Amino acid sequence: MRRQIPLALVFIFGIFMIFQYFVPHESSEWIYEFFLKWAIIIGIFALALGIWSLIRVSVDRIKTKKLNWGYSLITLAGLFVMMFFGFTGEGLENPMFRNFFNHILIPIQATMFALLAFFIASAAYRAFRARNVMASLLLIAALIVMLRFNPYLGPLGPYTADASSWLLNVPNLAAKRAIIIGIGLGIVATALKVILGIERGYMGKG
Amino acid sequence: MKYKSLVILLFIFCAFTLSAAQEDAVPVDTVQLDSILPPAPVSNLTAQDNKNDHGHGITLQWELSPDDAAGQNTVLSYDVFRWVPFFMDTLQSIQDSLTGAEGTMAKQLRKQRDQAIAMIPQAHKSYPENGEWRKIGTAFSGQTAYEDVGVKERESPDYMADHTDYYYRVDAVTFDPAIRASSEIVGPVQSSGQLFNTGRIPVFVAVIVFGFLTIFFVARAKKGADLYVRPLAGIEAVDDAIGRATEMGKPILYVLGLGTADMIATIASFTILGRVAKRVAEYQTELIVPCYDPIVMTVAQETTKAAFLDAGRPDAFKEDTVYFVTQSQFAYVAAVNGTMLRELPATNIYMGKFFAESLLLAETGALAGSIQIAGTDEIAQLPFFIVACDYTLIGEELYAASAYLGREPILLGSLKAQDYAKAAVIILAIVGVVAAALEWTAFTGLFRVID
Repeated sequence: MRRQIPLALVFIFGIFMIFQYFVPHESSEWIYEFFLKWAIIIGIFALALGIWSLIRVSVDRIKTKKLNWGYSLITLAGLFVMMFFGFTGEGLENPMFRNFFNHILIPIQATMFALLAFFIASAAYRAFRARNVMASLLLIAALIVMLRFNPYLGPLGPYTADASSWLLNVPNLAAKRAIIIGIGLGIVATALKVILGIERGYMGKG
Repeated sequence: MKYKSLVILLFIFCAFTLSAAQEDAVPVDTVQLDSILPPAPVSNLTAQDNKNDHGHGITLQWELSPDDAAGQNTVLSYDVFRWVPFFMDTLQSIQDSLTGAEGTMAKQLRKQRDQAIAMIPQAHKSYPENGEWRKIGTAFSGQTAYEDVGVKERESPDYMADHTDYYYRVDAVTFDPAIRASSEIVGPVQSSGQLFNTGRIPVFVAVIVFGFLTIFFVARAKKGADLYVRPLAGIEAVDDAIGRATEMGKPILYVLGLGTADMIATIASFTILGRVAKRVAEYQTELIVPCYDPIVMTVAQETTKAAFLDAGRPDAFKEDTVYFVTQSQFAYVAAVNGTMLRELPATNIYMGKFFAESLLLAETGALAGSIQIAGTDEIAQLPFFIVACDYTLIGEELYAASAYLGREPILLGSLKAQDYAKAAVIILAIVGVVAAALEWTAFTGLFRVID
């Protein structure tokens, strides 16, 4: 029973969602929007579970003095301080809340994102090493695409731009479309397997 | 003498400036507004319910005024009018009163509003008494259609009731808004929602055909047919990677990505997590699953717990194996990267939906010396994983992974259906190219999806 009820629910709602796509009527839209609202409500309850999980894991690390347990302390301090300022005074407009958000959180996130530039450089170095024929082809293609944005190419500029556009619009796009078609069919097949109860991995049962 | 020269120079300069100013000056419009004659009105005005919609919309079509880009060439735009009963103003005043009303007053007003909304069709039946023509929109000269689309929310001032008689007219307007010509009145016309979107018939047919293919091959697999599925290197490496982690006494890090639980990539990832967790439980290795989404965390916890139970090791399952980190993308990256560098996992598995964080995670994992297996259906992130990981499942391979890991015939059957569908797509694509080259529009039109 513990397994059959979820399977039955998945089947009923899955079939409804398939037909909803083909039925534009207002009633169909109303039910669809009703379910979406339920998903948001469930998400809010799940967030409480998530925060509880974070607190439990962090407290456990501090208690057992695991390696770098100080970070868990900072995590908890950040969580509770932001919650305190968020729920007092003007709420999200609280000056302290805004200051912490604008002057600590945003710069840290921007720093993490900026690291991507360096990681791309190191990843590109690994990818473009001409170890075999295929890797050499990749290197040449990448060089042409990169040269497209070089302003000092002089008379070679238009030829590089054309070659680059051809690479992006013909072989690259063809490969991308092939992957997209495969993904599309895979999504439909997986969805059907889930709806028909063949695929039960999400319930912990293969 | 000096002054004389200066005066002459000044005079020449002024003369040049004046002549230049005369050349640059905007020519005076020689068309006298009084001389504009009323244009000819639009003809053959029709109004019909919008096709394949949820209702609340009517499409008007007409033939251009003979004076639009021809004849007198005086038509600037078309004003679209709808006949509106004065009753709608009463409804609007109730809506306005409702804004800011509280308690019993609000309850009473809402009741009044609902009663008034129910009377909208009746009010429109009084045409042409107790109402007036109101402009609802404008179409530019040269346009021959206008969509009057209202909203379905009854509380909105733009609410357009279905099954109500509407009347329209279109005015051809000249440069002088007062000089215009009205079309014939068209109506009554009613809007209504449809039960089937005929524009999506090709998708419907494809889903039905593919559904039957899947069921057919699953049934064949159940009967014991031998179905060959090509090996997936990334999935075959999972067992080796878990074995390596066991030998090294180091944990396995499993990242479900930034997707939510309703995404197919995340659902596929749950299945793979279940398989990995089962092996982890059998080998008694440590598993770390940091989550970005709380719903995903809850499902992943259940999946892992069930896998440990299946492996006969429910005691080995720890609640903290799967935990929530944050819903902030780069804070999540920072936390997972920190875990990688502190715990130095033997194996990192990235399966699911990934965005800009893919390379940040995979490069850090590579620096930490972990074996890395990735799989995503996010095309833009695939190159990053291919470069930074040891094995990558590309697109659909992620969905196939669960079937391949389990080797269960029923799951393999659906993979066969996918292969046949791909073959059909390839054949149709080739035929489509030929049909398009020969301008055989009847064939290409069969596949056109209209939303």
